[in-house]
Amino acid sequence: MSAPAPALGHAIDISSTTPTPFLRLVRVEARKARDTRAGFWLLLSTALLCAIVMVIQLAVGITQDDVFLSYNSFLTSTNFSIAILLPVIGIMLLTSEWSQRTAMVSFSLEPRRPRVIGAKLVVGLVLAVAAVVIALVLAVLCNAVYGVLSDDPVRWNATVAQTAAFVLLQVIGMLTGFAFAALLLNTPAAIVIYMVYSFVLPGLFELGAQLMGWFDSIRPWIDFNYAQGPLVDATMAGKDWAYFATSGFIWLVLPLAIGFSRVLRAEVK
Amino acid sequence: MPAVRRVRQGVGMIVVENLTRKYGSFTAVDDVSFTCQPGRVTGFLGPNGAGKTTTMRVMVGLTPPTAGRVTIGGHVYQDIPNPGRHVGVLLDASAQHAGRTGREILELGARTMGLPSSRVDEMIELVSLTPQEAKRRLRNYSLGMKQRLGIAHALLGDPSVLILDEPANGLDPAGIRWMRGLLKGYAERGGTVLLSSHLLHEVEQIADEMILIGNGKIVAQGDKKSLLAGARQGAATTFVTALDNHALAEAIRAKGITVASAGEGLRVEAEPVEVGRTALEAHVVLTDLRGAEGGLEDLFLELTATTQREAVA
Repeated sequence: MSAPAPALGHAIDISSTTPTPFLRLVRVEARKARDTRAGFWLLLSTALLCAIVMVIQLAVGITQDDVFLSYNSFLTSTNFSIAILLPVIGIMLLTSEWSQRTAMVSFSLEPRRPRVIGAKLVVGLVLAVAAVVIALVLAVLCNAVYGVLSDDPVRWNATVAQTAAFVLLQVIGMLTGFAFAALLLNTPAAIVIYMVYSFVLPGLFELGAQLMGWFDSIRPWIDFNYAQGPLVDATMAGKDWAYFATSGFIWLVLPLAIGFSRVLRAEVK
Repeated sequence: MPAVRRVRQGVGMIVVENLTRKYGSFTAVDDVSFTCQPGRVTGFLGPNGAGKTTTMRVMVGLTPPTAGRVTIGGHVYQDIPNPGRHVGVLLDASAQHAGRTGREILELGARTMGLPSSRVDEMIELVSLTPQEAKRRLRNYSLGMKQRLGIAHALLGDPSVLILDEPANGLDPAGIRWMRGLLKGYAERGGTVLLSSHLLHEVEQIADEMILIGNGKIVAQGDKKSLLAGARQGAATTFVTALDNHALAEAIRAKGITVASAGEGLRVEAEPVEVGRTALEAHVVLTDLRGAEGGLEDLFLELTATTQREAVA
């Protein structure tokens, strides 16, 4: 990049300085995600919780004769472990820069903010995929142990489509957390809003749909949790994708876009 | 790479041009223009809330200006690739993750800039943090230690320009002296240093050049001498003590010069040379003779009077 010589001389020669490579930013952000106690334990407890839930499930399956488990049911149990904590990881990736005010340093070392946020997003996606891999490995182990120790036949019943949907669900969870975080830039607020969104809102939508006929018909278009239902069962059909896209636009794309533009313009204090 | 290299001569002038930053109807920085020369330490002086920090934040792209612009070495900060290698920034030593160790904070900076870990050790040594202190988490740091760490962070990339907001805040007297030596040496090697303070005595011993800001406006700028010369116009004051104060006072009064007793001696409204000559003529032995210092402080308070919270007596 060549800048015109300034009027008074004294120009810094930036021609030999290479811009910070994006991959380096990603590595730094990955390090930031785990180099504090909060970050480290959040990552570790996500993996541990995933394991604990599956082991409990395994123990119940082995000891109770009327419970029949399969590979897929082990995977589904992660809805109560990593699916809850992954969005929190996504939130913390972003909001900790504000609560700890490190954004001042991050953005002065790389003033092109989209690259910093992009690096965080990549770390979030990598962590989501890593969580999925851990969950898949644990599910394989648990199902194998179940096959050996239980009287029921072992069933490997997850299709490629179901596995892909599982990955997609976790990535969506992470992204939703990230989007709320960008929108609010505050850890507790983002976590509370996310929990309301994923645990309270579905109940309200359900209630509304039961009470009001007109709401029942528009609900699939605006309820992102509802729209993800067929994804879990890998039964997505044409109309489901339309529901998915529309509600996803409202709950994921919109907050992400507004949040991004807010972060890019925000005065960092 | 040496800990602090010989900075490339004469690069990295900071040019602030007609900078204005408004928050709603409040104008934090009002049409401010000044330059910071390479090879010099520029002190940015003003009471709290005068607009120092806002100006510095605009410099490094954290706050968008309402009007005007700042260039560093001919570039807008956002256009400098890997800016940490050219411009060292310390805006708030506490703005780091409380749960990270000092060393980890520097490590993150070094990695972002693409520097080896050995650079981190060099900087820790340079700012006299012990390896044990570097392993402590930031929440256990005193403000002085945070400032040292912040200065280490600013120097990591071996920049030719330093922008430091209140770096002496929280440092003990020995620490302030250390920083003075560090920054003076840095400027002597050709670096540009801009540091802000709300305390005059912190700045006047280190800064070659001073910029006084009050209410978002530059009220005076120049080196110490020219600032004082501007302030003193016509009203020279001398403090003098003699073995026989009474005789001296008589002799001075005889020349039509106003004199009053002040403490153990006299306060004379004339240059020290005039008082000395009178003493010689009157054969009075002087034990103390000095021009009234603290003119800069008076000037500072006077110039920024409208923004002071306390009325100037």
